[in-house]
Amino acid sequence: MAETPAEQVKRRQRKVLEVRNLRVHYETPTGDVIAVAGIDFDLYDGETLGLVGESGSGKSTAAYGILKLVQPPGRIVDGDVTLDGDELVHMSDSNFRQIRWTKLALIPQGAMNSLNPTMRVHRQITDAIEAHEGKQDKETLRERVLELFRMVGLPQRVYNMFPHELSGGMKQRVCIAMGIALHPTVVIADESTSALDVVVQRVVAQTMLRVKQALGVSMIMIGHDMGLMAQMVDRIAVMYAGKLVEVAPVETIFDEPMHPYSQVLIESIPSLKERKPLKITEGITHDPRNPPPGCIFQLRCPYVMERCRSDAPPLRELLARHEVACHLYNDDGSLIEDATMEAAS
Amino acid sequence: MAPPVLEIRNATKVYRTSGGFLSPKKEVVALQDYSLTIDREPASITTIAGESGSGKTTLANVVLGFTPLTSGQILFHGQDLATMNRRQLLHYRRNVQAVFQDPFGVYNPFYRIEHVFHTVIRHFKLADSESQMRDMIEEALNVVGLHGVDVLRKYPHQLSGGQRQRIMMARVYLIKPEVIVADEPVSMVDASLRAAILEAMLGLRDELGVSFLYITHDLSTAYQVGDRINILYQGSVAETGTTVQVIDQPQHPYVQLLVESVPAPDPSEKWDTEIELPDEEVLRSATSTGCRFYPRCPQRMDRCLEALPPLYDIDGRGHEAACYLYEDEAQMAPAP
Ligand SMILES: Nc1ncnc2c1ncn2[C@@H]1O[C@H](COP(=O)(O)OP(=O)(O)OP(=O)(O)O)[C@@H](O)[C@H]1O
Ligand SMILES: Nc1ncnc2c1ncn2[C@@H]1O[C@H](COP(=O)(O)OP(=O)(O)OP(=O)(O)O)[C@@H](O)[C@H]1O
Ligand code: SF4
Ligand SMILES: [Mg+2]
Ligand SMILES: [Mg+2]
Repeated sequence: MAETPAEQVKRRQRKVLEVRNLRVHYETPTGDVIAVAGIDFDLYDGETLGLVGESGSGKSTAAYGILKLVQPPGRIVDGDVTLDGDELVHMSDSNFRQIRWTKLALIPQGAMNSLNPTMRVHRQITDAIEAHEGKQDKETLRERVLELFRMVGLPQRVYNMFPHELSGGMKQRVCIAMGIALHPTVVIADESTSALDVVVQRVVAQTMLRVKQALGVSMIMIGHDMGLMAQMVDRIAVMYAGKLVEVAPVETIFDEPMHPYSQVLIESIPSLKERKPLKITEGITHDPRNPPPGCIFQLRCPYVMERCRSDAPPLRELLARHEVACHLYNDDGSLIEDATMEAAS
Repeated sequence: MAPPVLEIRNATKVYRTSGGFLSPKKEVVALQDYSLTIDREPASITTIAGESGSGKTTLANVVLGFTPLTSGQILFHGQDLATMNRRQLLHYRRNVQAVFQDPFGVYNPFYRIEHVFHTVIRHFKLADSESQMRDMIEEALNVVGLHGVDVLRKYPHQLSGGQRQRIMMARVYLIKPEVIVADEPVSMVDASLRAAILEAMLGLRDELGVSFLYITHDLSTAYQVGDRINILYQGSVAETGTTVQVIDQPQHPYVQLLVESVPAPDPSEKWDTEIELPDEEVLRSATSTGCRFYPRCPQRMDRCLEALPPLYDIDGRGHEAACYLYEDEAQMAPAP
């Protein structure tokens, strides 16, 4: 049944997922890699949140953290994750297994390369379904798989094929079908449309939005394609070196990005309208085992100030629904005075 | 005139798939009668774009010699890949290098990243001393925005997808081949690093004279760096020309759909129409003869079912489209 706008607004104000101070480290012989350095965000009911940022900034690790799928040498060091009122990080493993996939599903990055090469596509999906719901009638399962295929735009012939017989895009769609197979409340899709061509990507994106509406799913989309983000998500969270540096509605991020890293990200989007020189910012980041004191973006920031080298800027809500972690701004969102001077010089 | 660096002549690749429920044993024509020439000079970046399953990776695999052609030829400086002896093949493999869609599979998980570099340096005898080797590796890493101290002692799984991709670029930089086949080299990195990798490609082209087969589904990066573009549809070329010609003025109905589907990086220009993929049955019924885009084409004509349309010249300047809409024009158009 269709929601009234008022009902939708109300639903959109309810938090389905709350992430607080999530920290995930990877142990290495030379010290811990701080992959996720304490992040906080909320996901609202029915919302699509885009998680973007530098390669290696910890997006996938954050997803693993939320699903408690961090593998050694990684470990969750700190944090709370609440899904529909249930605290997940400290929940027993057996209780958590009930929630994973049925309430909280991940379509992992590169999932298409981890499909079992010796198993036909339909078996991989039905195995996943039966693992959670128990044995089922063959005919029902077949209908369900074919329905999932229709949802993600896969031709029927894929049913009996092996993964190596599919193109990258088709494998990716098989993984999306597996992710939504159990109708979860929250889906985290890690680079799920990255390997798809634009036409199929668009169809799959539309499908995801439609499935999202139909099933009332809330979604976190991890990705690099800012064009797709512009089309698909409601809000964007920008990650850099394990931290969230800016969280805002998608229009705000595109029109008035405030964090210097978000500004770089927006400026360097390639355009189909003009051929322009590539915008490169110094690609050097700090050693992830040994972040410098102060702001994590200081080594690449064109506006770096004295203070940025000693104090880490917290994520602050500077304008309504617009959080930024940067010393350039006062609490009311205006630029601080020295900032304008230094940036101009 | 010296023969081109690389010439692909009428390449066809047919795969046979396993049968079963809903799918009788079937042949998939992944590449059909495909031709491409990469001239020695100037070095160029040729983009191969097209939808998922259109045969891009197949093309990469046949060029790299990973899988044999069903028919057709691949010529390197005029010599057929199929007739090369071992020494010539080694020479070919050194000079035609790959950077992959997902480089993870390329790494051995039990060796540190430095092993990748040590292996190629030894294999191709690129350095005379340890210190020369170290300097070479550092230089190559810097080209792609990395530092040896950060990555060399790590294991592949300890790097992010984007870092692994940049390592592959650094590796081919060391080898300095004549042609690099790059299959989706930037599909996993964010915009600013994407710029760094594309810049590295431009640098290799302009300073070392390396030509690229840049395989991507991302038309916007192709638009920024590509010289020529080849758009594949179900194994054959739908349209070809300079990148600017094809993207600014797409002629083939499929390419028009493709360009239109690129998401605008602007939340105020949201998609307002839904596009649909045609039903598989419809697709299959019509693909045996005629234009393969027929089932999806908004401008189809009866003529289109007769035979596969050849490439028609659009403007006498190398812009060609495989579509009967241009049949008459092409015949009438005087060569300038
Ligand atoms: N098993 C591991 N051991 C050590 N370090 C690791 C391990 N896995 C990931 N890392 C490091 O953690 C950091 C975050 O990696 P992660 O894969 O989460 O990044 P990401 O933002 O998803 O990157 P990408 O966009 O390239 O997918 C990186 O610096 C990476 O090198
Ligand atoms: N080993 C194989 N056996 C059978 N069919 C195959 C095999 N490899 C590829 N194919 C088929 O050949 C066609 C072309 O596949 P290919 O991987 O070249 O596409 P692609 O253009 O690289 O797609 P993507 O953008 O999804 O990576 C597809 O229909 C695919 O299913
Ligand atoms: S040849 Fe015919 S069916 Fe094919 S693209 Fe052109 S108009 Fe459409
Ligand atoms: Mg990732
Ligand atoms: Mg491919």
